[in-house]
Amino acid sequence: MSLLKAERIKLFSTSSPWWCTGLAIAASLGFTIVFVALAGDTIPVTVSNTQIAGSFGLTVILVLAVLSSASEFNWGTMRVTFQAVPRRAPVLLAKAVVVGLWCGLTGLVVGFGSWGIGVAFNPGADLALDSGADWRAVAGQGLVYLLTGVLGVGVGLLLRSTGLALGVTLVWTQLVEGLIVLIPGIGKDIYEWLPFFSASQFIGSSFAASALKLGDLPLTPIGYGVYFAAICLVLFGIGVVVNQVRDA
Amino acid sequence: MIEATGLTKRYGDTMAVNDLSFTVAPGRVTGFLGPNGAGKSTTMRLILGLDTPNSGEVRIDGKRYRELHDPLRTVGALLDATGRHPGRSARDHLRWLAATNKIPETRVAEVLAFVGLTDVAKKKAGGFSLGMLQRLGIATALLGDPRVLLLDEPGNGLDPEGILWLRQMMHALAADGRTILVSSHLMSEMAQTAQDLLVIGRGALMYQGTTEEFVARATKKAVKVRSPHLPALREALTARAAVFEELGDALVVSEMESDAVGELAFAAGATLHELSPAQGSLEEAFLELTGEAVEYHADGAAR
Repeated sequence: MSLLKAERIKLFSTSSPWWCTGLAIAASLGFTIVFVALAGDTIPVTVSNTQIAGSFGLTVILVLAVLSSASEFNWGTMRVTFQAVPRRAPVLLAKAVVVGLWCGLTGLVVGFGSWGIGVAFNPGADLALDSGADWRAVAGQGLVYLLTGVLGVGVGLLLRSTGLALGVTLVWTQLVEGLIVLIPGIGKDIYEWLPFFSASQFIGSSFAASALKLGDLPLTPIGYGVYFAAICLVLFGIGVVVNQVRDA
Repeated sequence: MIEATGLTKRYGDTMAVNDLSFTVAPGRVTGFLGPNGAGKSTTMRLILGLDTPNSGEVRIDGKRYRELHDPLRTVGALLDATGRHPGRSARDHLRWLAATNKIPETRVAEVLAFVGLTDVAKKKAGGFSLGMLQRLGIATALLGDPRVLLLDEPGNGLDPEGILWLRQMMHALAADGRTILVSSHLMSEMAQTAQDLLVIGRGALMYQGTTEEFVARATKKAVKVRSPHLPALREALTARAAVFEELGDALVVSEMESDAVGELAFAAGATLHELSPAQGSLEEAFLELTGEAVEYHADGAAR
């Protein structure tokens, strides 16, 4: 508990997490408003389609999580942290829990906020949450954001440099995942296994899959969720192990 | 009490610390000296379990650092005064650190007051001067009221008043029975602060013992005499087969106590205007000992 408290103080005593959180919510909800208001008849207003802008906030929340761990190496506070907790793993776990929970909470605000905007702008549309898939689409944002938070902490622990870690995550999310699909032949096969495509499949977004004509996917939405969780947890686990072995 | 045995650490091809064994006793301030790159900071990181030695070990009051329960309550350290998030206030920096080791929050205000940072406790540490950062670093080290203190160059950036405060603080803490290991490159400061010395060069132990003995051992004994009756004195010294050299209107006599030189002058009927034993300085003693072990030096001007 004391380590959770320490990490909580760390997270909320600088301004960047607040900015990132605000930006994540504003970006997602802002685009949802634009999208829902302009949709007209071109895109049907379904529960799943209200969540399309969730990926904007997800990128920002990934930045928050990466900063929370990578910047500690830049400022030298990780060394002080390891002095205080020489076994290291417990305090890194506490960081992942605190950052993950905060990101998850942000995800819930984005998920239900987006859905609420859909309801408000389209009183006539059928946006009732009456199936498992509907709940997964909306509340699932919380889980995806939480896991992305854990992933970001892990990437920071592995790369131990703010610039490098941010560069790698942003290039990955903004370029690599989108470009791999363009590789002739095998591109689409690889794309189906990339982490953020998987996260979007868990949410139930049919947008990318249908636009890219991916056809049948190898996993069910739940399967994709488990797969995405595994990627995040394994990356974080490697980050912890590496830091237990390496000199600080 | 800090005990190191056979401590060895390599970074790639570089041997940072080589078979280093020493003890740092409680109740005294131990100065940690060595030229740049001698391995002082590495040794401190090894003591704190931040780096893992290739061989050998360090024990603090009989335990390895990683075995300590809530280690900040046993060992306080200032390794790098800039080790703080610039966007976080001094108070919050200490609050999270206190939480990790279940140190009560009231202690945060206490140490901030002790180092004189109460007025800026809620200001972001990014705007702190180096002197303020050192004070914050010292507050960090004292947070858990530890029995053992490791301070790496704590005087950097402090004004003369701050240096005096630091010295008095270290003496008071040592008098309490605490173990204090402090590194510094300011020899004059160290001569006044440290009762014991640990000197390393190129990662190996060069001296361990009291500061007094270190200075006495490494500097030559010499007595300077000035007299209006120099010829008579010169004659008497030659008769005694004493080694001396002329320095302007004075003689510098080697390997003789000042008492003996004074008695010799009296017997020779030479009036003395000055009879002063040359005091070796810690700086001289340090250069004498480590001159060969300097890792980085300017060509031709190393000494």
